[in-house]
Amino acid sequence: MSFGALAFTAPWLLLGLIALPILWLLLRAVPPAPIVRRFPGVALLLGLTDEDRQADKTPWWLLLLRALAVAAAIVGFAGPVFNPDHRSPGTGPLLILLDGGWADARDWPKRMDKAAALLGEAGRSGRKVAVVRLTDTAQPVLFQSAEAWTGRLAAMQPQPWSPDALQTWIAALPEGSFDSYWLADGLAHKGQADLATALQARGNLTVIEAPGSVLALRPASFVDGDIVLKAARLSAAGATDLEVLARGPDPSGIDRELARGTFHFEAGATEAEIKLTLPPELRNRVNRFELLGQRSAGAVSLSDDSLKRRKIALIGDSADREGLQLLSPTHYLHQALSPVADLLEGGLSDVVPANPDVIILADVATLTQPETDALLAWLDKGGLLLRFAGPRLAASEVSRSAEDALMPVRLREGGRDLGGAMSWGEAKALAPFAEGSPFHGLDIPADVTVSQQVLAQPDPDLVSRTIAALADGTPLVTRKAVGAGQVVLFHVTANAEWSNLPLSGLFVQMLERLAVSTRPAQPEAKDLAGLTWVPEKVMDAFGVETNAGEVAGVEGAALAAAIQTGPHAGLPPGLYASTERKVALNVIAADTVIAAADWPAGTVVDGIEMVKAQALKGLLLSLAMVLLAADVVAALWLSGRLGRAARALPLILAVLFVPHQGRAQTPEDLRGIEATRGVVLAHVLTGNAEVDRVAQAGLYGLGETLWQRTSIEPEPPMGVDIEKDDLAFFPFLYWPITPDQPIPSQAAYTKLNRFLRTGGMILFDTRDGDIAGLSDSSTPEGQMLKLIASGLDIPPLEPIPKDHVLTRSFYLLQDFPGRYAGGTVWVEAAAPDAEQLEGMPFRNLNDGVTPVIIGGADWASAWALDENYMTMFPVGRGYAGEKQREIAYRFGVNVIMHVLTGNYKSDQVHVPALLERLGE
Amino acid sequence: MSLSPDLRARAETLGQSLPALLAEAEYLAATLMLGEHGRRRAGQGDEFWQYRPAQNGDAARSIDWRRSARSDAHFIREREWQAAQSVTLWVDGARSMGFSGAAERAPKLDRARLLALALTVLLLRGGERVGLAGLPPRPGRAQLLVLAQALQAEDSADYGAVTAEGMVGHGRAVFLSDFLGKLEPVETTLAAAAERGVRGVLLQVLDPAEEEFPFDGRTIFESMSGSLRHETQSAGDLRGRYLQRLAERKDRLAELAGAVGWHYHCHHTGQAAQSALLWAYQALEGGR
Repeated sequence: MSFGALAFTAPWLLLGLIALPILWLLLRAVPPAPIVRRFPGVALLLGLTDEDRQADKTPWWLLLLRALAVAAAIVGFAGPVFNPDHRSPGTGPLLILLDGGWADARDWPKRMDKAAALLGEAGRSGRKVAVVRLTDTAQPVLFQSAEAWTGRLAAMQPQPWSPDALQTWIAALPEGSFDSYWLADGLAHKGQADLATALQARGNLTVIEAPGSVLALRPASFVDGDIVLKAARLSAAGATDLEVLARGPDPSGIDRELARGTFHFEAGATEAEIKLTLPPELRNRVNRFELLGQRSAGAVSLSDDSLKRRKIALIGDSADREGLQLLSPTHYLHQALSPVADLLEGGLSDVVPANPDVIILADVATLTQPETDALLAWLDKGGLLLRFAGPRLAASEVSRSAEDALMPVRLREGGRDLGGAMSWGEAKALAPFAEGSPFHGLDIPADVTVSQQVLAQPDPDLVSRTIAALADGTPLVTRKAVGAGQVVLFHVTANAEWSNLPLSGLFVQMLERLAVSTRPAQPEAKDLAGLTWVPEKVMDAFGVETNAGEVAGVEGAALAAAIQTGPHAGLPPGLYASTERKVALNVIAADTVIAAADWPAGTVVDGIEMVKAQALKGLLLSLAMVLLAADVVAALWLSGRLGRAARALPLILAVLFVPHQGRAQTPEDLRGIEATRGVVLAHVLTGNAEVDRVAQAGLYGLGETLWQRTSIEPEPPMGVDIEKDDLAFFPFLYWPITPDQPIPSQAAYTKLNRFLRTGGMILFDTRDGDIAGLSDSSTPEGQMLKLIASGLDIPPLEPIPKDHVLTRSFYLLQDFPGRYAGGTVWVEAAAPDAEQLEGMPFRNLNDGVTPVIIGGADWASAWALDENYMTMFPVGRGYAGEKQREIAYRFGVNVIMHVLTGNYKSDQVHVPALLERLGE
Repeated sequence: MSLSPDLRARAETLGQSLPALLAEAEYLAATLMLGEHGRRRAGQGDEFWQYRPAQNGDAARSIDWRRSARSDAHFIREREWQAAQSVTLWVDGARSMGFSGAAERAPKLDRARLLALALTVLLLRGGERVGLAGLPPRPGRAQLLVLAQALQAEDSADYGAVTAEGMVGHGRAVFLSDFLGKLEPVETTLAAAAERGVRGVLLQVLDPAEEEFPFDGRTIFESMSGSLRHETQSAGDLRGRYLQRLAERKDRLAELAGAVGWHYHCHHTGQAAQSALLWAYQALEGGR
């Protein structure tokens, strides 16, 4: 028996509900029994009447409570089940098909649950099962027990491409009849209808489609200075807004949201478009667009070179030459580059600081030494210097006898003239580009000829540096690596004076291949052909990028095809690179069709939402128990058997359950309280457990010494994580340096510098006093210290002078050993004008506390005491060693005294003078 | 008689502890040490009161020659008049006195008997004659045993009615009861006492529960024998009116006592017995 979504296992028990009104009457007639008390004062009560007589009968709310409790118990025992399962299980083998493409990723866990539920059901009824992921290549389907599939199902992940050529699976289907469930992603796929018809021929086919629309982001394109983004959706339902994020590294290399836009889908529209206007600096950093909140590779579009606009500095001849515009050495470069790059012009010394990606020198022969140095430095950082030859270069002495640093080859004097009026030869055509050349694969138009060029000296590495040559083998373009950058020389002019190459489309393609210019739109087959593209990053079906690792490259032609038709098993979506150029292969291409699946007539299409049968018996019975418990309390209260204290119960409960408004003490608060209870010595946590333990024990030992010998009574020391903890509580930080500790973040440096500026002291201990100074090079700890200290606001340092206040702030000391003796200890340098006063034993030094003390004596080990108050590490040998430990303790006492009292002891030198001035 | 030795021992203890308690009250301490009550006027007694010039009619043997030798006149040495007093105790033994509001508290009757016996100890030690209603007042420690035995008597009535029986003219009387029953016997007794020149003390002994009325909910209140019943749906609502009636009762008692020169005090079993004893003793002294 069932009522809507509710069913009962024992519905006849519900008849008990009829008894409720009778129960009501019965209960109403029997008020709670009175309590009888012996009380002498009754004589005074005689004649007093109750103000309220209605309580003679049971109060209505108590009745209701009891009736509800009984009703809940009756209904509970009737065994209600919410959402009962009415379906009758089938028989025979069961085939479960998953699309397993990118569109499944958005609700993959739900699909897994559904598939697991189907598996479980099949397992219970002993049916054989096969699970098929349609993005795999077709392979024969074998029915196995459901248990065998359960584990494999959990490991199944969607693939970042669409299922393709589904009709190939028809041949893979097993013999005999079977039922099928198809967990479809809702999109139309090739061969889908064929496969569905084939499955229907074998048995019942139930298609399960998830609700909600499939959303896809198309690749971004660059139009008229704006980034144009398009999104598509499957269902053309009502108007919706969809946010899209542009992500990329920020200047410090951390991936961040760089821009955000909103797609607005009109009602009935399946496509939407927005324009993002970003400053070039930001735009060049964007490496991925993603639809907000969509967990699918289809909602992610990686961006490649097509959005990048390089900064190119064009430098022509310095002297203004009156002449035709067309004869200007940079005119064709302007034409070729201005649509696809940001051009800088000006003198070389002006543009280098702007750090352009490419500097083009068109027929510039001589450079001054500062210009050369600046260019070399820029090249070392990865710049591309593109030079064109010309009359001036040919006439100059540059790179003639010795190779110029900024030229890839040595040049022969004069160059050569071909096919001119004064020459014998014909103008030369270009030879096909050799394999290994960045231009390999480009078509060479037949009409491109070179009539004049500069010639390279036949040096041993000329061949390896030649990346384009004329038909007779003379180099046309040569290249040399300089640092992380490269120098490329076109042996012809950048204008049409020496050749008609700059007039041809080949010139533009060559510039693009050199990553001088970037492609304005989606790459075409010929742009990629002939090169091997290595995946740099691959994207999974959820849109998460991972480094591809060592993967074999793919042919450019195949990549170009995949960009048109979408990725597949051999070509996962991701970012592919060839030398300097990068191409993104996205799941969704500019013209990928997002269409709804069209199932053959008679297919049962079901939703994916799972409604679990839920037995309500326990719930209702516990409700009845709770109500009865409440009834007990209420009845006690009515009859006055509830004590006074118990009457305050509701109040107590209310107080307990009122949300706590006050701020609870967080661990940080507790730590702060701990740290401010007294003087707390702190050490920086290095991440090395042993070093941290020794530092803790060392400060404990020093604290005990201070407690015994001085009026400083420190609390137990604390370890400080400079990234997270507040440093303001501590006057003193002991910082042991380990070679592998992490460099503090920017925020931590800010904290540390504030700590130093506001009077804190850091004692850096490189703990290498045993080996430091044995060789010239510094130890790993020393290098690490330099690295750490580079971000700190540390004043000039000097070794502790003999009259520094540290030598006398408590004990008179002249050396400062720790576990190792004899090292140098560095403190803030004295002011240059510090002088020894008349009659004073000390110079008036350091009117202030040195913010850092740097040494390598491993003081913590010398100070360290274990929990039994025993020293943890031996110092030196025998009595001399113990004496050294004592001096180490004295140094620690002096340091803490210096931290806490500043230059007070330094001022003590004035005491004799003050006494003298007072007379007597 | 099972309770009696214990009761007597406790009473003795309480009586003996009183001097220490009264160390500050110098007069009372002195009196206790003397054991006799001075009348603050000349008369028969052992204590010196005053010298006065001899007059005609004074016996020659009454002249204090030592004092007279220091002057020309003759002086008579007068002694303070000291006389033993008769004190009649009445302790309400009715059922209502058997009430105790909490398990750890003794019934009111216990406290009343204890106070009565302690008072007897003090009075007997002071040389007074102490008696009960129906037991003539006699001095001497032997009387203590007799009284302790007589105090064991219980009354089967719900509320005790005080009587003037056994009161000695111009004596003292101490009534210990909860005074929760009818007030007519108290009024008639006090009137009779006033006629006979008897003065004394009304000591009302109440349980704290009677003072606070800590009851709630549907309750049937019964007197100790069950003869009186009162049912209420919500005892808590009656609290205010009950307390008002109790206060009226106390006022009435104080008024009755004041009218005939008696003293009234309300004592709770939750308090220490010493304070009530001290008050009763002082009231008996001061009433003179």
